Amino acid sequence: MSTGSLTILVIDENRIRASIIEAGLRDAGHRHVTVIHDVAGIARRIAEIEPDVIVIDLENPNRDMLENMFQLSRAVKRPIAMFVDRSDQASIEAAVDAGVSAYVVDGLKKERIKPILDMAISRFNAFSRMARELEEARSELENRKVIDRAKGILMKSRGLSEEAAYALLRKTAMNQNRKIADIAQSLVTAAGLLGPLEGE
Amino acid sequence: MSMAAAHQITAGFMPLFDSAVLVAAGEMGFAAREGIELKLQRETSWANIRDRIAIGHFDVAHMLGPMPLACSLGLTPLASETIVPFSLGLGGNCVTVSNAVWEGMAAHGAAPDLDPARAGVALGGLVRERTAAGREPLRFAVVHPHSGHNYELRYWLAACGIDPDRDIEIVIVPPPFMADALSAGRIDGYCVGEPWNSASVAAGIGRIVTVKALLWRNSPEKVLGVRKAWAEEHPDALAALLRALHHSARWCQDPANRGDLAALMARHAFLGQPAAIQMPVLTGQLQLGGGSERRVEDFFLPFDKAANFPWKSHALWFYTQMVRWGQLPHTPQNLAIARDCYRPDLYRSALKPLGVALPGANAKVEGALKVATPVGSAGASLVLGPDGFFDGQIFDPDRIEAYIAGQKRA
Repeated sequence: MSTGSLTILVIDENRIRASIIEAGLRDAGHRHVTVIHDVAGIARRIAEIEPDVIVIDLENPNRDMLENMFQLSRAVKRPIAMFVDRSDQASIEAAVDAGVSAYVVDGLKKERIKPILDMAISRFNAFSRMARELEEARSELENRKVIDRAKGILMKSRGLSEEAAYALLRKTAMNQNRKIADIAQSLVTAAGLLGPLEGE
Repeated sequence: MSMAAAHQITAGFMPLFDSAVLVAAGEMGFAAREGIELKLQRETSWANIRDRIAIGHFDVAHMLGPMPLACSLGLTPLASETIVPFSLGLGGNCVTVSNAVWEGMAAHGAAPDLDPARAGVALGGLVRERTAAGREPLRFAVVHPHSGHNYELRYWLAACGIDPDRDIEIVIVPPPFMADALSAGRIDGYCVGEPWNSASVAAGIGRIVTVKALLWRNSPEKVLGVRKAWAEEHPDALAALLRALHHSARWCQDPANRGDLAALMARHAFLGQPAAIQMPVLTGQLQLGGGSERRVEDFFLPFDKAANFPWKSHALWFYTQMVRWGQLPHTPQNLAIARDCYRPDLYRSALKPLGVALPGANAKVEGALKVATPVGSAGASLVLGPDGFFDGQIFDPDRIEAYIAGQKRA
């Protein structure tokens, strides 16, 4: 059997991540890749698809239900061994670290499965890195906005220049061992409570 | 405390009320007082708890009572030796059915009194009526194949003449989705811990028909599962944790703390459900649906009646049910693994310095105590039971062959 003849099912509620994994698997030459986002009616779908490998995100709350279904051969109609190979501790750890688990039809050789799992792991990792960076960028932007507002309050209430206002925020943050954004947020909140200084 | 904690322990839990002893240990300062920094991590599935214990992400976890057996017996994809040095409570589950099933049961004599025998006979009548009419078998949900819920539901059904594999269908649904699945008609009933029964009653979509505390009084539910390798490497940390859990459990049991405990568990990081819905599990005062109400004695015990003692007879009863429902063959080796899983020795050695009541035995005959009974113990006095099965059966862990041989499928 060539690589492309394996049937792979990806179950992931996160559509973006699922499509990234799907694209990766297709690039690697897998032609039979199915993605499912919603587990409703999944027993029938699995019976139709007859997957050799099932990849699931660990955060899926239906994992217990899915595992039980895989174990009951009457639902999936064939025995399924789980987690690639029980002895392959390193692969398992890497998978759990990345947030993915893989279920494999019994009898498939490890060397055929490993590249699929490796692909899923690297895509999961890339996705969470991307999500983290996006989150960092978003909070960076928000921090900058709140610092600007705090500077404005200081400039207005104390007649400081922009540089002096920023220097005061930084000095206070250092003295209190807190982040500038936190100090700025406190100031904005306090100013809001004290009256219409801001936006006058 | 400005001093760094002596022990760092990471604990996984599922959003269920019976994680309370573990949660309160971390949040109410009991762990900190024992020099422990307890990191609580909420999980979305029992499979995740099992996997993260196995590969060392968690040192300990809130687990289904039979789960450490399943892990140690190799019934799970990731086999790992997991031990139980502490039980997180007794009871706490209910069987809830849809309004339609309740009407069908009522037509066969069910009454809103939680009586397991009466409800079982009525359900049996409904099941046979449906079979005769050529209708689909009723579908019940439990949270996991290796769970007290699965075994107690099956025990109840079988004792009432309903074959849980042939006469009905049993599927797996995560606890927080039970009410949704019931209201959407994907399932007809379920067995789950609180607050997920009261949630369906409050939403007007289900009726509580019986409770774990009446099927088998003072019966085991969740436990503290501990990675055996971690326990062996960190005996001091484990002993400190068990002492913290002991104090936490006592606090959870105290009626004076019910309001605080309900508010704690209601927080978004834990159950994320209104505090009011946490009260039935604490008071045993259950709304059954349709305006009926019942108070259940010993509905959920986080501390009283030696609730935290990891009885080997509890582990062995779970083992007999694994054998009964074909999850595992009965062999001397399997029996020994199951028995060694629960570790009363670790419980005793950790709590002995506190001078608290400790049972003298490691196992007891389950179902022998018809009334609450003071028993021999080291330290202060201890009251156990009643611990009867609703059908009057006795489980003697010394006569396990006979018990297994006598078990029927229906």
